[in-house]
Amino acid sequence: MSSFYQLEFEKPLLELDRQIEEAEADLKRAGGVSPESSSPDALAIGSRVDALRARRAQTLIDVYSNLTAWEVVQVARHPKRPQTRDYIDLLCRDFCELHGDRRFGDDPAMVTGFARIGPHRVLIVGHQKGRTTQEKIACHFGCAHPEGYRKAMLKMKLAEKFRLPIITFVDTPGAYPGIGAEERGQAEAIAYNLREMSDLRTPILSVVIGEGGSGGALGIAVADRVAMMQYAWYSVISPEGCAAILWKQANKTTNTAAAESLKLTAADNLRLGIIDRVITEPVGAAHRDPAAAAKAIEQWILVSLPELERLNADELIARRYDRFRAMGAVTETASA
Amino acid sequence: MTQTANRTWTEVKTPRRAVIPEGLWLRCPSCASMVYRKQMELNLHCCPECNHHFRIGADERIRQLVDQDTFEPMFQNLAPSDPLNFVDLKGYPERLAAEQKRAKALDGCRAGTGFIKGRAAVLACLDLHFMMGSMGSVVGEIVTRSIELATERDLPLIVVSCSGGARMQESGLSLMQMAKTSAALARFDRKGGLYISVLTDPTTGGVTASFAMLGDVIIAEPKALIGFAGPRVIQQTIRQELPEGFQRSEYVQESGFVDRVVPRSQLRNELARVIDYAGK
Repeated sequence: MSSFYQLEFEKPLLELDRQIEEAEADLKRAGGVSPESSSPDALAIGSRVDALRARRAQTLIDVYSNLTAWEVVQVARHPKRPQTRDYIDLLCRDFCELHGDRRFGDDPAMVTGFARIGPHRVLIVGHQKGRTTQEKIACHFGCAHPEGYRKAMLKMKLAEKFRLPIITFVDTPGAYPGIGAEERGQAEAIAYNLREMSDLRTPILSVVIGEGGSGGALGIAVADRVAMMQYAWYSVISPEGCAAILWKQANKTTNTAAAESLKLTAADNLRLGIIDRVITEPVGAAHRDPAAAAKAIEQWILVSLPELERLNADELIARRYDRFRAMGAVTETASA
Repeated sequence: MTQTANRTWTEVKTPRRAVIPEGLWLRCPSCASMVYRKQMELNLHCCPECNHHFRIGADERIRQLVDQDTFEPMFQNLAPSDPLNFVDLKGYPERLAAEQKRAKALDGCRAGTGFIKGRAAVLACLDLHFMMGSMGSVVGEIVTRSIELATERDLPLIVVSCSGGARMQESGLSLMQMAKTSAALARFDRKGGLYISVLTDPTTGGVTASFAMLGDVIIAEPKALIGFAGPRVIQQTIRQELPEGFQRSEYVQESGFVDRVVPRSQLRNELARVIDYAGK
């Protein structure tokens, strides 16, 4: 576990891991614990190991149930956190990837393709951040270009044509800010997706699996139901971006304050009515047990899809419209 | 030796210049000539020397675009709240109160119906003077209601954008305004409505990435900054010089995302022309 990427607030765990390792070494030297022959010494050490393990398990629960918003952002960005392709491997069968936007190119930061989940044939759309350095660079760390958003829309129209439900996995720090992206109409690509998604005559489910960074996230998240993983974040701007603008500097203190103010956690977004469901992650977050995280997502999909498929297309898009139409905090005063 | 030889510079008192009343003259940021403010204002807030387009607020924009005394303001009773309890260096309610007092409006979008050269239309103008024209719940709601009004009455819709983007102080709710306005435009589009989007300096962020870029016809004022990410963010990301004129109207037109760059003096004519061509 020593090579495992460590988060600052996980330091108590690191210390316990060290103690457990030591105790285990002691136990080995004392001859180990077995039903046939155990020295009283070994038995004592053995129970110490058990106690330490129990304490570690409890500490993990404690640490993860008291995360600040800024710490949640760090969990959401954990390099071992499952990404779109991991979830495709874990919960889809027979994934048939479809590349390219037929306009400019194929953006690896946006993954699209047909797949089977349970009894359903679906279209998968998701941001991909990349795992290896090479892949990360190719994916611009999950920041899609306009061709990525156009690719997503092209395939979603395909899904509409064949009446396949759409599942989107949101995981991006934001749409890519660069010269080429601007020249090829980043804003137009996202705006077009927002408008067209609101009108797609097929069910759409979105899950924010890691980072839900602003318009780049929303560009594939105008859905009938939106869920967030427990330790994902979703907001109009990253805490660093917000701190740099409103606090004039981004450091740990201001980032923490900004993350708090932005109300970006899953629980906050649920309270604000922006999402419909928080998907509980395994103890110690999804990166400790990706299969369990995938299972939880699958369950939500399997419950939600039949409910949406019961509606006819007109009713479906009417409800989708109402869902977003109701969003916002507006007070009607008597006069201007 | 004369007396002057003993004088040091610190003692020299230059005679005070005749006092110029505050703001009577101003320097054009583009051509650097001194401009008489009144003359600039009479010239639709453009520099009389170089035609630099000064930024204007929503009220002035409406005065310029709509036939005199035909504008009927709407939705101005909608007030923002502080759903997030947002606190940065200042609390959001505190910021709002200051802006509301200064702008004499509840939030940053003026909307209503009026006539443009005799053609009835729904007009919504973002107000740069209210929190940089940022889009929170109220701006999103007013734009959406304007779209719905235009849909209902089958009137052409004109939205004049100028915005720093989505309003951070309402976080996720601001973000959702992008989806809300775009969804309303989808319905308007399906009904065959005409939507003219006018982009003015600056139009960036969440406003560009939603209703501003969804016009049937997109018109931009000259040299307006138009983009998704701000130039500073892009520069920090790619760490190289940005090309000349990058993200300015003319450049964006060349990239294919603006239909026409139209100077302010021609805007009214052009809007009327497009309305006529669409047969609305």
